[in-house]
Amino acid sequence: MDILISGLLLGGTYALMAMGLNLQYGVARIMNLANGEMLVLGGLSAFWLFTASAVSPLLTAIIIAPLSFIGNWLIYRYLLLPLVRRSKNQGQLEVDSILATFGMSFALVGVMVSIHGEYFTYSYLADPLSVFGSTVALNRAVAFVAAVAIGGALYFWLNRTYAGTAVRAVSVSAEASGLVGINVDRISAFAFALGGAVTAIGGTLISTFITLDASIGVLFTMKALIIIIMGGVGDIRGAIIAALILGLVETAVATIVDPGLTLASAYVIFLAVLLFRPQGLFGRRTT
Amino acid sequence: MKLAEVRNLAVGIVVALLAIAVPLVSDGYWLSIATTAMMYIALSTSWALFSGPTHLIALSTGAFFGIGGYLVGTGMSDYELDFWLMAAVAPFVAMFLALLIGLATLRLSGVYFVIFTLGLAEMIRNLVSWIQNNFLGSRGLYVLTDFTDAHIYWMLLAVAIVVFLTGWWINRSRLGFALRIIGNDEEVAKHVGIDTAWSKVTLFMTTGFFAALVGAIVAPRYSYIEPNVVFSPQLSFLVVIMALLGGVHRLWGPLVGVIPFTLMWEAITIFFPSSTTLFLGISFLLIVYLIPNGFVGMFESGLARLRR
Repeated sequence: MDILISGLLLGGTYALMAMGLNLQYGVARIMNLANGEMLVLGGLSAFWLFTASAVSPLLTAIIIAPLSFIGNWLIYRYLLLPLVRRSKNQGQLEVDSILATFGMSFALVGVMVSIHGEYFTYSYLADPLSVFGSTVALNRAVAFVAAVAIGGALYFWLNRTYAGTAVRAVSVSAEASGLVGINVDRISAFAFALGGAVTAIGGTLISTFITLDASIGVLFTMKALIIIIMGGVGDIRGAIIAALILGLVETAVATIVDPGLTLASAYVIFLAVLLFRPQGLFGRRTT
Repeated sequence: MKLAEVRNLAVGIVVALLAIAVPLVSDGYWLSIATTAMMYIALSTSWALFSGPTHLIALSTGAFFGIGGYLVGTGMSDYELDFWLMAAVAPFVAMFLALLIGLATLRLSGVYFVIFTLGLAEMIRNLVSWIQNNFLGSRGLYVLTDFTDAHIYWMLLAVAIVVFLTGWWINRSRLGFALRIIGNDEEVAKHVGIDTAWSKVTLFMTTGFFAALVGAIVAPRYSYIEPNVVFSPQLSFLVVIMALLGGVHRLWGPLVGVIPFTLMWEAITIFFPSSTTLFLGISFLLIVYLIPNGFVGMFESGLARLRR
């Protein structure tokens, strides 16, 4: 029961970061391998503001959202769009964007190490809370509630509003949505920026209960990618389910076997998905 | 053989002879840099054999390299086996692993492959540490041989030469031809009857084989092997950068990238030890935006412009 609850709580926050990457990869078609660094950057600002001036991480999340939105928009507009224009096909774009975002990820790690080279340890809302008879830390529960709220808002926005429909249209086919009068470049830049902002918020939330450090980002990128592939690229609902599964499995392995094997367990899931459902949990098999 | 081929062969032999002579004229510090460079030449040339024609960024070098080093370490320390035996076994273990990874990921879209290899070294490191902590007990492994830097250098040179010969042979074979078609358009390749998955898997296995072999040979250099040292994710990225910097569309391209980058990297780690990651990131960005086809590409387009 303990495993179930804390696994679900962890999965909720994973879902948030995977949603961010899903917007970037599913809509803007940029395989952003610097996504984990964006998350760590969110965590770093939460840590920094909390230790320096006792700002609550929840407030930091609100401050960081517009900042990371602008930052990611600039990255897309000035670093990635030239690559999109330069590439002749999707394969070329994939290689270029993978290499470019690797570059960004390393550069960001380098900068963050020089800002704060140690663990981002701070304690916020580390009080016990009783949920269905098992005890969890209050910060985990708060992070989960915030993740659910943001995820729900995002899901509603994508499925029920005019702008959200345009975003989904671009994710289905950039070419066709251009033909029906959607400004693909603008929507892609917007989706990329939004994805970055969601990930950074996820980072501030995660940092309240997981101790991050400057170079841990790639691990989160890895997990987000596994979640996206498991859920199906561009599928928000699939990503949420997949994130919960990953959270549960990781928590189970960490509690029952060894905390050092969480990555290995993520790989086992990844392998199973690749072998049995490469189109994602809810995806349809393409002919 | 055509004239151009004879010329290339002659150049290759001269370069190889010069490379053999390096330990005779230098020692100590410069020999150790030359050994490092030779290691990267073997690694990035064999990396480019697979990633060059297929455009799939393999980040598995660190994992295979680690398997080589670790197997030599555990074989010699825990089971008192011979260095040569372990160095011969390790590449085949890596090749088998490459086969499994290839079968699972290379039949699908290329992105899955890249992602799978991204965390591979770290995952294997976690597994190995866990097995060691829980079942084997000992943590450090000693690789004690009487090899000097010169011996290791010559062994690496031999591997590099074999890699070059393999690359030359693949380029001329049906497999190389198939891979070039796959790289240009996978759909076309499928339609003309090429077994695309198998061609990619075969080449990926070759890359894994050489990376593990290099890892095994370099192991005596560390003398003390720890999973954290040999399974280094950074190695995978360094190999990718060096190969891309030189250019992956020619067999000798990575060689052109390795030598300047090794020297630069050496300087960076001495003078700015805390900014290596930042520097790695900047080099990636510079390559993507300014020299997408590497030094060789720059050189070739410059030459073409002169001729016009």
